[in-house]
Amino acid sequence: MTQLKINGRTHDVDVRPDMPVLWVLRDVVGLTGTKFGCGIAACGACTVHLDGQPIRSCVTPVSVAAGKSITTIEAIGETPAGKKIQDAWIALEVPQCGYCQSGQIMSASALLAGTPNPTDAQIDTAMSGNICRCGTYVRVRAAIKQAALGPAVAGKEA
Amino acid sequence: METVSRRDFLIAGSAAGGGLLLACLVGERPRPAATGAAAASDFAPNAFVRIGTDGGVTLVMPQVEMGQGMYTSMPMLLAEELEVKLDEVKLEHAPPSDKLYANPFLGFQATGGSTSVRAFYEPLRQAGAAARTMLVAAAAQTWNVDPSSCRAQRGVVTHAPTGRTLTYGALADKAAKLPVPAQITLKAPKDFTLIGTPARRLDTPEKVNGTAMFGIDVRLPGMKIATVAASPVLGGKVAGLDESKAKAIKGVRQVVRLDDAVAVVADHMWAAKQGLAALAVTWDDGPNANISTADIVQGLAAASERPGVVAKKEGDAPAAIARSKKKVEAVYEVPFLAHATMEPMNCTVHVRKDGCEVWTGSQVLTRAQAVAAEASGFPPEKVVVHNHLLGGGFGRRLEVDYVAQAVRIAKKVDGPVKVVWTREEDIQHDVYRPYYYDRIAAALSPAGKPVAWRHKIVGPSIIARWAPPAFKDGLDEDAVDAAVHVLYDIPAVQIEYVRHEEPGLNTGWWRGVGPTHNVFVIESFVDELAHATKQDPVAFRRALLAKAPRARGVLELAAKQAGWGTPLPAGRGRGVSLLYSGWNTYMVQIAEVEVSKAGEIGVRRVVCAADCGVVVNPDIVKAQIEGGIVFGASSTLWGQVTLKNGRVEQSNFSDYRVMRLNETPAIDVHLVQSGEAPGGMGEPGTACVSAAIANAVFAATGKRIRKLPLQPALAGSA
Repeated sequence: MTQLKINGRTHDVDVRPDMPVLWVLRDVVGLTGTKFGCGIAACGACTVHLDGQPIRSCVTPVSVAAGKSITTIEAIGETPAGKKIQDAWIALEVPQCGYCQSGQIMSASALLAGTPNPTDAQIDTAMSGNICRCGTYVRVRAAIKQAALGPAVAGKEA
Repeated sequence: METVSRRDFLIAGSAAGGGLLLACLVGERPRPAATGAAAASDFAPNAFVRIGTDGGVTLVMPQVEMGQGMYTSMPMLLAEELEVKLDEVKLEHAPPSDKLYANPFLGFQATGGSTSVRAFYEPLRQAGAAARTMLVAAAAQTWNVDPSSCRAQRGVVTHAPTGRTLTYGALADKAAKLPVPAQITLKAPKDFTLIGTPARRLDTPEKVNGTAMFGIDVRLPGMKIATVAASPVLGGKVAGLDESKAKAIKGVRQVVRLDDAVAVVADHMWAAKQGLAALAVTWDDGPNANISTADIVQGLAAASERPGVVAKKEGDAPAAIARSKKKVEAVYEVPFLAHATMEPMNCTVHVRKDGCEVWTGSQVLTRAQAVAAEASGFPPEKVVVHNHLLGGGFGRRLEVDYVAQAVRIAKKVDGPVKVVWTREEDIQHDVYRPYYYDRIAAALSPAGKPVAWRHKIVGPSIIARWAPPAFKDGLDEDAVDAAVHVLYDIPAVQIEYVRHEEPGLNTGWWRGVGPTHNVFVIESFVDELAHATKQDPVAFRRALLAKAPRARGVLELAAKQAGWGTPLPAGRGRGVSLLYSGWNTYMVQIAEVEVSKAGEIGVRRVVCAADCGVVVNPDIVKAQIEGGIVFGASSTLWGQVTLKNGRVEQSNFSDYRVMRLNETPAIDVHLVQSGEAPGGMGEPGTACVSAAIANAVFAATGKRIRKLPLQPALAGSA
C-alpha cells in the first residue's frame, strides 16, 4: 500500500511503486481531469503539482510522490495563483478543445505562484513544455499576464 | 425580417414527461402528417429544442464540440430566435440520428469541412423562431388575446397591454399541442442581440477545472482498460504471439488477439502498457513490407505525367503556355501528415448479450454506430453510442477505425473495456493527410501579367473512399478545392486532377482539407510569378483582383495592418498568401519570419484579414484563426510522416514536432464587417498560412522552397 495525499485527502493505493502518478490519478483514484497526452513527458498534458512544483505525472513513479502533497486541476482553484489563472483563462476564453488545458493551467499556476510578474522569457520557459494542438498559445500568454496584473476583468473587447 | 415557410421540415410535439419538443429535419423530409400534436408519438426522445415544464431549455447539439466553439455558436443561433438567455440553456450531445441531426451540407450527421455555421445558420434560427412563435401562440390562447399583442423575451411571454406574463415552462405543454406555424418570421439582423457578439463560450468553465468529459474520461463499474498494437505495417497480420510474460504482470487480465492487432486488457493503463511491451508478437508484414516514402513519391511523379481529369477549363491554357516566350513551371510537393490530436484515439465498449454500448468522441456519430453494429453483429438499433467532447478532431475523428477496433476487442472481453491508444499507436496508425504532387505552370505577357495558368494536382481521392457517391467522373472536388476557385484575372485556366492511390498507409481528412495543400502551391507559385516579373507580391496580386472586391479588400487590409513594404532587419522577410475556396471565406495572411544564420526559421508575426460574411461570434472566429495559424505553421515548418519498410518512422511528439508556446508568432486578426452569407471558419487559418511563411522565407533568404516541410527542405538547400 502506498499512501498518497491528493488535493488534501489521503488515499491508500495498492499499486506497484514504479506506476506513474498519472495512471494512479486517472485509473485508480478516478481523478480524470489530469490528461494523458504522450507518456514520455513531451507534451505536459499530465502536469500536476508535487509540493507545489509542476511535474509530468506520466513519468513520475508513485513512489516519488509518497509522503508529499499532490495537487491536481480539480483543486488548483483553491490556491490563490490557481484561482487567478482559472479566472484569467475564463476571461480571455483560452480553451478550445480543452484537452490540454488542465496541464496548461497547472504549469501556469506554478509559474505564477513562484513568479508573480513573469516576463515573456519566463513564460516561455515555464510553458514551452505544454503542447496545445488547437493553438491557444497566444491566449495562454495573454491570460498569464492578465492573471499577474490582478483580478480578472469580466468581459473583454470584441 | 425574413418570413419563411418551413412547415415541411419542422415538427413539434410533447416531450416525454411534459414540455415542448421541437425538431428540425434538415437531412430528410418528414411525412406530411408529421406536424403538430398528432405526430408526438413519432418523436425520437431527443430533438433540437426541449422546453420542460420547469422552464428549463435544453438544446441538443447536432454538431460536435472539438474546440471550434460549436457548443456556443450553435446555441447562439437557437437562443437568438427563441429569446432565451444563452447561459441558461443546457446542452446535450445528440445521439446518432441522420434523420434528426444531419448536417444539411454533408447529408448526414457529421461535423467537418468548416460547414457547421454555414449549414445551420438558417435551420437553427428557424427552429428557435418556430418554438418562440408556438410559445407566444400558447400564451395568446390562454389569455384569449391576439398573438401580435404579446412578446417573448428571456424565457417569458408578456402581454404588453395588460402586463400579464407566463414563463416558457408554464406554456410548454400547451405549446406542444399546437401545430407548427406555417410561416416563421426570423429576426432582422439589425435586431440581433446575440449573433455578432463575443458571447461567452458555454464550455469554458468546465474546461478550466478538470470536469469536462472527453471520451477518454469515461469510467464505468467493472470497466477494464486496454491498450493495443496494430500491425506496424498496414495490411500485416499477427503470425505468432507469446503472452506468458505479459500475463505475469500484476494488473494484466487478458490478452486479446485480433487478425491484425493485439491488445492487453488490464485493471489500469499502466499495467496494459507494461503488458503490451512484454508481449512477444511476430508479424506477417504482408504486401506493404518494403514500401518507403520514396517509392510513393516515385509513383506520384509518374502519375503526374498522365493527363488528368479536367476540373476547370477556360480558354486554352496548355497551348498558351506552350507558345509563350515567358513561362514559369514548377513541381510542388506536400507530405503525409498526422493529426496528433491531444486526446489519443480511444473508445469504450460494452458488448452485452442483447446489444452493444459505445462511449467515444466522434465527428460522425451515425458512422460510429454503423461500424459498431457491423463489428458487433447487432443491428444499429441495438447499438447505443454516447458522444463526448472531443480532445481535438482536425478530421481524425471523421474516421471510425478506432471504434471498429474497440468493438472487436470488446467482443472478447467480459464487461466494459476502454481501449486507449498510446501516442505512438496514434501517430503510427493515423489516417494521414495524403502526399500531393503538383505540376503548375503559367505564361506571362511581356507586361508581366499571367495570361495562362495550368495546375495539375496528383494524389489519392479521399472522397472516393469516404463519400463514394460524391466522387463523379474521376473528379475529387475536395482535391481541387481552392485550385478551381482562383480569383486572379487570368484569361486561360486549366485545372486537372490525377487520382493516384498511395500504398502503405491510409489517407483521409486533415484540418484545411483540399485548400491546405492547394493554397500552398497556388500562392507560392503566384509569388514566383511576381518575382519572375520583378513585381511586389502584394501589388502583383492586387492588380489581378479587379473583379474580386472582397479578396482585394482583405488583401489591402492585411497589407496595411502588417506594414507591408516597411523595412525589416537583415534575416527577416514578409510573405503574403490569399485564400479563397469552397468555404466562401476570403482571407489574406502576411507572415513575418526570421531565418537565423544557422538556417533556423522562426515565425515572428502573422497578420490575418478575413471576410467570412456574417460572423456569429467574433471572438470564436478569432480563436479559430489564431489556432488555425499555429496548426498550419507546425506542419509548414516541421510536419511530415515518412515510411520506411512499410513502417511509419515517427512515433511521438519527440519526433513529430509541433509548435510550442515559445515558437508561436504574435497573431493579429482583423475581421471585415459583412452582411454576406456566412463562410467556413474552422480551417481557413490553417490553409492560408503555409504559403505566407514559405514566401516570407523566400523574402528573407532568396530560397524558394517547393516541398514541405520548410525547415528540413531549407537545410537541404544550403
